[in-house]
Amino acid sequence: MTGASRVKFYQTGTFTVGNRLLDVSVRSVQSDADRNNSLNSGHRACQGCGEALGARYALDAAMRAVNGRLVVANATGCLEVFSTPYPESSWRVAWLHSLFANAAAVGTGMAAAMKVKGRKDVRVIAQGGDGGTVDIGFACLSGMFERDDDVLYICYDNEAYMNTGIQRSSATPAAARTMTTPAAGQEPGNVFGQGKNVPLIAMAHGIPYVATASVADLRDLEYKVGRAMAIHGARYLHVHVPCPLGWGCDTGDTLKVARLAAESGLFPIFEAEAGEVTGRRTIRRRVPVEDYLKMQSRFAHLFSPKRDERRIAMIQAIADRNIRRFGLLDKSEQGAHP
Amino acid sequence: MLKQCEGSIAIAEAVALCRPEVICAYPITPQTHIVEGLGLLVKSGKLSNCEYINVESEFAAMSVAIGASACGARAYTATASQGILYMAEAVYNASGLGLPIVMTVGNRSIGAPINIWNDHTDSMALRDAGWIQLFAENNQEATDLHIQAFKLAEELSVPVMVCVDGFILTHAYERVDVPEQSKVDAFLPPYEPRQVVDPDEPVTIGAMVGPEAFMEVRYLAHHKQMQALERIPQLAEEFRRVFGRASGGLLHTYHTEDAETVIVALGSVNGTIKDVIDQMRAEGVKIGSVSLCSFRPFPTAALHAAIGHAKRVVTIEKSLSVGIGGNVSHNLRMALQGRDTKVSTVIAGLGGRAITQTSLRKVFTRAIQDTLEPLSFMDLNTAVINRQLERERVTRRTGPAAEAILRDIGTMAARVS
Amino acid sequence: MFQVRIHGRGGQGVVTAAEMLSVAAFLENRWAQAFPSFGSERMGAPVMAFCRIDDREIRSREPVTQPDALIIQDPTLLHQVSVFEGLNPKGYVLINSGRGLDQLGINDLLHSLPPGHACAIPATELSVRHVGRPVPNVPLLAALCAITRKLCLSSVEAAIRQKFKEAVAEKNVAAAREAFELAGGMTTPKGALAHA
Repeated sequence: MTGASRVKFYQTGTFTVGNRLLDVSVRSVQSDADRNNSLNSGHRACQGCGEALGARYALDAAMRAVNGRLVVANATGCLEVFSTPYPESSWRVAWLHSLFANAAAVGTGMAAAMKVKGRKDVRVIAQGGDGGTVDIGFACLSGMFERDDDVLYICYDNEAYMNTGIQRSSATPAAARTMTTPAAGQEPGNVFGQGKNVPLIAMAHGIPYVATASVADLRDLEYKVGRAMAIHGARYLHVHVPCPLGWGCDTGDTLKVARLAAESGLFPIFEAEAGEVTGRRTIRRRVPVEDYLKMQSRFAHLFSPKRDERRIAMIQAIADRNIRRFGLLDKSEQGAHP
Repeated sequence: MLKQCEGSIAIAEAVALCRPEVICAYPITPQTHIVEGLGLLVKSGKLSNCEYINVESEFAAMSVAIGASACGARAYTATASQGILYMAEAVYNASGLGLPIVMTVGNRSIGAPINIWNDHTDSMALRDAGWIQLFAENNQEATDLHIQAFKLAEELSVPVMVCVDGFILTHAYERVDVPEQSKVDAFLPPYEPRQVVDPDEPVTIGAMVGPEAFMEVRYLAHHKQMQALERIPQLAEEFRRVFGRASGGLLHTYHTEDAETVIVALGSVNGTIKDVIDQMRAEGVKIGSVSLCSFRPFPTAALHAAIGHAKRVVTIEKSLSVGIGGNVSHNLRMALQGRDTKVSTVIAGLGGRAITQTSLRKVFTRAIQDTLEPLSFMDLNTAVINRQLERERVTRRTGPAAEAILRDIGTMAARVS
Repeated sequence: MFQVRIHGRGGQGVVTAAEMLSVAAFLENRWAQAFPSFGSERMGAPVMAFCRIDDREIRSREPVTQPDALIIQDPTLLHQVSVFEGLNPKGYVLINSGRGLDQLGINDLLHSLPPGHACAIPATELSVRHVGRPVPNVPLLAALCAITRKLCLSSVEAAIRQKFKEAVAEKNVAAAREAFELAGGMTTPKGALAHA
């Protein structure tokens, strides 16, 4: 899917790829000594924070794509709090935080101001976590989509309210333990609801560009930000960002967990234009969801004291459905495990 | 141009004369005609260089205005009633960020019970949000206050609410002189922001502030409003010089100089009060009134100067601070410190109950006889209340109170008053 | 001060009538204030609107409870709503009806008014014929001018032209003129009261 999709990404065995294998024009922004460092070092995110990593890559890619002509609206949440303890700020972009629920609308206002001021070169990104996007900010997000305002909205999805101490959001996966879906009772952890797939909802608005990405594939994330910034109108990018604290995984395993989410099919990585899926990142080496779940203590109750075969199978069914729905398997891989 | 038109249209034209760059529109009765009027002005090209955005909620309306204002655009929106509560969080945010947004509030009650008619509960609910709150007495003042509001807001980097009585003013046709563009341009300079979100000079706006500095930031908000106490009368005077009429200011006095009894109120009811005062003055009663134009900041010193000599003060209030009484009267007591002035609060006109000259006169007369209670409710139907209280005394499952009271009152369709 | 209360049903242009009346008064250099009874009434529901006219600024905001003139845009309201409440004993009453005043069942009231102060005109019929829609407000305003002599018909015509686009305005003006003549004819001493 990236400009370098000819390159076999798993040559190094880690799904990363050395810049030396790529054409200069598509090398990672982070390999450039003159990169913007949009979210600079020194912020107060936890060790292994997927959101900090995703935001840094996304904004640096955006800054490169628009030659630094960028303004950013940020929702309340971890990203906002760890980056701006007054009077310090890690942001090396023009950045405004207003409220939890309104980043998309603030982005709309910024885009309107730039338009009316004749500053057509200045582009707008609004960003927030899953709580600020999928839950409380959803109305503003949908309004921004419906009007096709010239804003790229980036959701960094760590699947719960982490800033307030790990409470369930509507992006929290089934069976996951949070402080408000404790591992207690007959059905420990989060309920098996119908889910709330905001990328698909975004596509239903018919907006020009919708994509999902993961910190497991930062090159793909950079590519999608670049693609999004080349398009005008409402755009949506949903980035899967593990939270070691909230998920209960090792702080050194952020990328591994993110990769297993994608490789199991639980987090499908795709892109869509005007409501139609136009590309997907196929699974290289399919893994059972169990491999993903077992790395995280938020799912520990599925395996101990007794294996919960029924609910593990239900989660596997979700992954299988994603794989079918988005065509996530390479033809060569189909029929392989599981 | 002097013309006979609806208040909302005059307001829309006044806002357009201020050359707003971003207008956020979300409909709520009785504010709708204002945003409709602006929509027509933008769509027809009469108001150019303006983004008119149909948002999906009042919360979004204020949020879009925040984004636009933070990027240096002159931003405007209008709301009322439930709408201002729905945007409440963003209302506080706009003032906290020091963004000079101007917002019209077409004053209307707050439910439940749902009620679309006029009172001041909505603005009062947000009186401590850090916005300047100006109340218009008639549609000429409503028109003029918007022009002053943009200038005041932008000079001080503080948002301004122009409060206009819903229906009573917004839907009233009356004589309004809508100013000429050239005069408005002479009065209101282009917006020069103190802070702006700009890629050329990237700054962080809206950082988290801890206990070490929060008090100071909030104090500065208060300080700005104290500055506004000085600027509001100056702006009214500048306005008078440019436009040739008195509008705005902190307050308007009416026959207060020798008044033993002073009536204090906000907004359009002051007109009705003045007519009653004329009648009573003609009978030799030393009575006067003060129309508070600025409720935030509260003009303590100016009010002291106007009413400090009075024997008694009566506030006519279109909002009820449930559990204690009046909002205006409690603020007003700050202006009467050290005086033994008798202050009576009269709650009137809630949910659109007509405030008649007859009822006002009764209240003023009782005040002069010193028989008016510290807190009273004008034209309250106590019989209906007593019936409901009795029901509640004898029965547990009495059902919804509002519906029971409506049943007691009987059909209103046949009545005209 | 001259105070008018207009009764009708949602969709009959009651509020527009009060507004046009205020514009007509303004055009005669007078002060005027028009406002609706502030409801969220739907089509067909009883509605009211008010207009005050004076030679000086009008400050009072209370609803008109003691009207000097009443316009009843829908005769079915006569026995459903206490439309005559508070009417000045020397006031005027104008009713939209194709039937004679004495057919409306309000003879006691009509006899209490001074001669020539009550009038019924077929305003709906006039508006349907001239404008093509059953909007009786304009003919009734013109008739009000005729029986009260408080405003010139030309001012009402000017207000009509402000309110409506040209083609519609001219049709309304035509309806207004016919209504004015009709009402004038019916307010001779042998006119309205003879029927009443």
